[in-house]
Amino acid sequence: MNMQAQPIVARRSPGPDGEKIITLAALAVGGQGGGVLTNWIVAVAEANGYRAQSTSVAGVAQRTGATIYYVEMCRDTGRMPVFALSPSIGDVDILIASELMEGGRAIMRGFVTPGRTTMIASTHRIAAVSEKIAPGDGRASSPEVSEAMGVAADHVVAFDMERVAKEAGSVISPSLLGALAGSGALPFPRDSYEAVIRASGRGVEASLRAFGAAYDIAAGTCPAPVSDLPEDVALPALRVPEALRADWAALQARVAALPAPMQDMALSGLQKVVDYQDIAYGGQYLDMVEQIAALDHSPYSAGIAAAKYCARALCYDDLLRVADIKTRPTRLSRVGTEVSVKDDQVLMLTEYFHPRFEEFTSTMPARLGAWLQSRKGLERLYARRFDKGRRIRTDSLRGFLMLWMVSALRPARRRLLRHRSEMAHVDAWFATVLRLMPHDPALAAEVLANYRLIKGYSDTHARGLSKFARVMGAVVMLEGREDGADWMRRLRTAALDDVKGEKLDGALATVRSFAT
Amino acid sequence: MAERSFAKEVKKLKQGEGETFSGEGILAITKALLENGVGYVGGYQGSPISHLMDVLADARETLDDLGVHFESSASEATATAMLAASVHYPIRGAVTFKSVVGTNVASDALSNLASGGVTGGALVIVGEDYGEGSSIMQERTYAFAMKSQVWMMDPRPNLPSIVKTVGDAFELSEASNTPVLLQVGIRSCHVHGHFTASDNKRPPMTVADALENPARRLDRIVLPPATYLHEQEKLTKRLPAAQKFVLERGINERFGDRSGRIGLIVQGGSYNTVVRALNRLDLADIYGDTQIDMLVLNCVYPLVDDQILDFCEGKDAVLVVEEGQPNYIEQQIGHLLYKAGRTVKLEGKGKLPMGGEYTGQVMVDGLAAFLRAHAPDLMPVRKTATNEEPVAIPDLSQVLPARPPGFCTGCPERPIFAATKLVEEELGAHHISSDIGCHLFSIMPPFDLGATTMGYGLGPASASALRSKDGKGRRSISFVGDGGFWHNGLTSSIGNAVFNKSDNVIIIVDNYYAAATGGQDILSSRADNPTRQTQHSIVDAVKGMGVKWVRHIDRTYDVTKVRDTLTEALTTEEGGPKVIVASSECMLNRQRREKPQLAKAAKEGKRVVRPRFGVDEDVCTGDHACMRLSGCPSLSVRDTGDPLRDDPVAYIDQTCVGCGNCGEVADAAVLCPSFYQAEIVTNPTAREKRRASRTRRIIAWLQGRREAKRAAFA
Repeated sequence: MNMQAQPIVARRSPGPDGEKIITLAALAVGGQGGGVLTNWIVAVAEANGYRAQSTSVAGVAQRTGATIYYVEMCRDTGRMPVFALSPSIGDVDILIASELMEGGRAIMRGFVTPGRTTMIASTHRIAAVSEKIAPGDGRASSPEVSEAMGVAADHVVAFDMERVAKEAGSVISPSLLGALAGSGALPFPRDSYEAVIRASGRGVEASLRAFGAAYDIAAGTCPAPVSDLPEDVALPALRVPEALRADWAALQARVAALPAPMQDMALSGLQKVVDYQDIAYGGQYLDMVEQIAALDHSPYSAGIAAAKYCARALCYDDLLRVADIKTRPTRLSRVGTEVSVKDDQVLMLTEYFHPRFEEFTSTMPARLGAWLQSRKGLERLYARRFDKGRRIRTDSLRGFLMLWMVSALRPARRRLLRHRSEMAHVDAWFATVLRLMPHDPALAAEVLANYRLIKGYSDTHARGLSKFARVMGAVVMLEGREDGADWMRRLRTAALDDVKGEKLDGALATVRSFAT
Repeated sequence: MAERSFAKEVKKLKQGEGETFSGEGILAITKALLENGVGYVGGYQGSPISHLMDVLADARETLDDLGVHFESSASEATATAMLAASVHYPIRGAVTFKSVVGTNVASDALSNLASGGVTGGALVIVGEDYGEGSSIMQERTYAFAMKSQVWMMDPRPNLPSIVKTVGDAFELSEASNTPVLLQVGIRSCHVHGHFTASDNKRPPMTVADALENPARRLDRIVLPPATYLHEQEKLTKRLPAAQKFVLERGINERFGDRSGRIGLIVQGGSYNTVVRALNRLDLADIYGDTQIDMLVLNCVYPLVDDQILDFCEGKDAVLVVEEGQPNYIEQQIGHLLYKAGRTVKLEGKGKLPMGGEYTGQVMVDGLAAFLRAHAPDLMPVRKTATNEEPVAIPDLSQVLPARPPGFCTGCPERPIFAATKLVEEELGAHHISSDIGCHLFSIMPPFDLGATTMGYGLGPASASALRSKDGKGRRSISFVGDGGFWHNGLTSSIGNAVFNKSDNVIIIVDNYYAAATGGQDILSSRADNPTRQTQHSIVDAVKGMGVKWVRHIDRTYDVTKVRDTLTEALTTEEGGPKVIVASSECMLNRQRREKPQLAKAAKEGKRVVRPRFGVDEDVCTGDHACMRLSGCPSLSVRDTGDPLRDDPVAYIDQTCVGCGNCGEVADAAVLCPSFYQAEIVTNPTAREKRRASRTRRIIAWLQGRREAKRAAFA
């Protein structure tokens, strides 16, 4: 819209007495208490002999959108300055972002100017809907935003202020205020901020704690909390009873015999498989991994993929698995912390199940199950009588025992229909991998990774299977091509990207076009 | 207003002479109404003027003391029609609504009111919902002022100016027997500032007094031949009177050096942005002191010809700063100058953008372009070109996820659209027309439902043309909220569908409030409101309109039931419109009401149950199908740290209110069994505790036996 090639970078000029207008914009996600924050800032300014004005675009009652709050302040010289009502590109002195991507948005909108803007941003993420609904991992790239902050801002104060607030038993607004105060971007003393918080009257102590912690971090007198990356999360260790120790040791020895690069993943896989079924199943898993290892060579990318995805393939999600997880001793305590239950409180738990005819029959012995599935009449009967959501209270003995019975079938799992069909599927897949390994290990590695497409239950699972099948269908077209592996990866990404699989159709069409 | 108290604001309304009022612009206007002896106030809530309605609704006692009547009007048309009380009686009245949408609805009444004219000051406070943060189509209210010959004020956006303008507007209205529109923008309404209050005034004549002494003057009634006289009167009497008032009372302000060769004609509302731009160009200080000659129009319609001509006298060029389009003011001035044979160069649109909000940088660029062309000597050299090394800032447009507004945590409307999604999976896509209200967020991801929105209460009406020839074909689905339903949906949408034998499906989303505008009570609200009559059944109203096929769902979270009911509506052989009333309380307001109550009960040692949902992350496979049917802020994704997993899994954070949608959706869509509902019982009964610990012991024993025999994660 600009009437000229480049917008003018025009700075505000001060008043006769050298008094300057300070502009501050806060970008918040609705419901984060941006209003409270602005009121505090205005109060602090006025308490320090400044004139201040705040505006916001609060919009309607809905809370998930991005909201902008804007404050201008100026040392009081007896006259009312003409304050602007909204932040202007290239004219913001202090930018507060209560979430990382909102910080990025501020930069993109030109509210963060080199050599001028102090940027105060909380680095935690609140995923937007578009990031959540991807069947795979749709989350935006945080490093790019953090990088941009460094480039765009004059001075950056960025750390996980949400976490600081939580640890202080408070919400983010006081820790944002603390970061602002600690940054020294405003010429106001610490106690004047704290006085305002005290005056606000609600949750004062917790607010002051959050404020203080954030202040010290921003001022550099305390280290910022290191966000625990997934890699740092300690993995649960496998607890092996005395009677099984010897067999387990034997399996561990087989892992130790694998090429070094594969060992970590293989051990994780082995533990998962054993935990899922039993020691023998672990042996079955290692048989597969070892076959690939034998055909692979450094850097063993196919071997690592095998260690990862064979475990995934063997540990398919069935009723037994779900019942097992929901009846484990560790589970109740985990839920307790998850929903924060205190000792003097009682926890009631309701599980949501909806077993359909398929799940029911596939949990039967193979032959019986197959016979039942061939009976359309029975299926109709089931649909009429039993095909409905079931709420099971696992805090009650009755409900718990129901799941307990199902999970008790675990030793017999190998004889169930579901296992037979799963194994048929796994064998076909693995056979393809073995066939590819000698002449195209790269493609084989990608084919192994394709098992990522199979996940979920009932319809979701079915959709996963069909995506998997369609991607696998391309193997014959890609075999022996230089870029075969690369294309296989692209096909998988396309399949993960969207639900309906339209992107996959497109990708497959391209592959066909050059394959024929 | 059911679940929110405005006691704090109401207290401000009671402030007297000399006290310093501090608060939002819209609240300052509310106070100013009382200071100017207003006799009655009405309006329809909506951003950015909701606050005025909400506060007055809570200020009954104050209003009663003053003898002021306040009404929550059924619509903007109702509100404007209410101003008829000022036609024959010398009573000041004010109504308010969101514009331009509200003025569209009000325009019938506004035309009639404008034709007959008023005796008492009649003020329409329009919240101009234009520019960033607006939720409606971008149009100007100005056209209504021109066509109906009513006047329009647009004060400078600071509290003292806004408050003064309220008084001026009433006087202008009375001096010219014409209703006056007081236009305030989003940011003027939400700006926090101070002004010195004066005492509230009792209206010299109350509406009750008027009723006791009925008056009637035939020549004020809109009926030929009076209407012809009204038109003449507008041109020969009211317009000159208004222009005289504006001139003599100095409504429009002059700043800067009158001898300047160039000048700016500025809408009052844009004054601050202009001054800031001038300041950034070194042409004004932070207090607005400047050499640039400025005419600030606090009254933007009518313009005063002599004032404009006088301002332009001896100038080389004049820039009209007029936000929005068409550029009515610039056109009038151009017309005026041409007729007067002036040669001054008129600038406006062109130097400034045709459309869109005039934000800071836009104004800087526009003024700079004007100055370069007509007064380069005024442009400081260092400003005439980009004066800072441009730093290459990485482009994040591809990285940043959009964050459109959506349904709140626990919103009862979410399951309705989840169910609609499921129905479409079964029966295929349908034409869906949406309405105004929170439910409009269905057009956003993850639901992506809804093709058009044609106005408040007009959802079903906007689907009326789309119907199958013999009623055997596909049916359309249309949504309307309880707010829109009572606003005019009952007649325009439901009545219309009945009368025209429509076969389409109508879903009325009933959340107990006008939720999107802040949770005001309406006819069908469940709360007992001391000043309003509530508890009126939408189902009965619909039946009263003659709808035969009506289904009431009193718990929208029952996704399966909603899905099955909608499927039935789309497939039933029965003729006529199929109406589904889906009712559950707005979670935002429900939390406002229940949280304090529960906290209190818990303190008193009473048994309190807090529901919450959770996810067993070992069971979740990271497909996120649940989120494609939810989009709840509290349902998000996180990493497990398990090297065997590629995708983040679902988790539910502390903000969950346990509405049940997650479980119901997982059930109805047969997703996965990873969701669990946890109910945390505070102050459980002794029996409950005993039972719980007994069960825990038995379970622990069972688990112990199994764990001893298997290798498993600890």
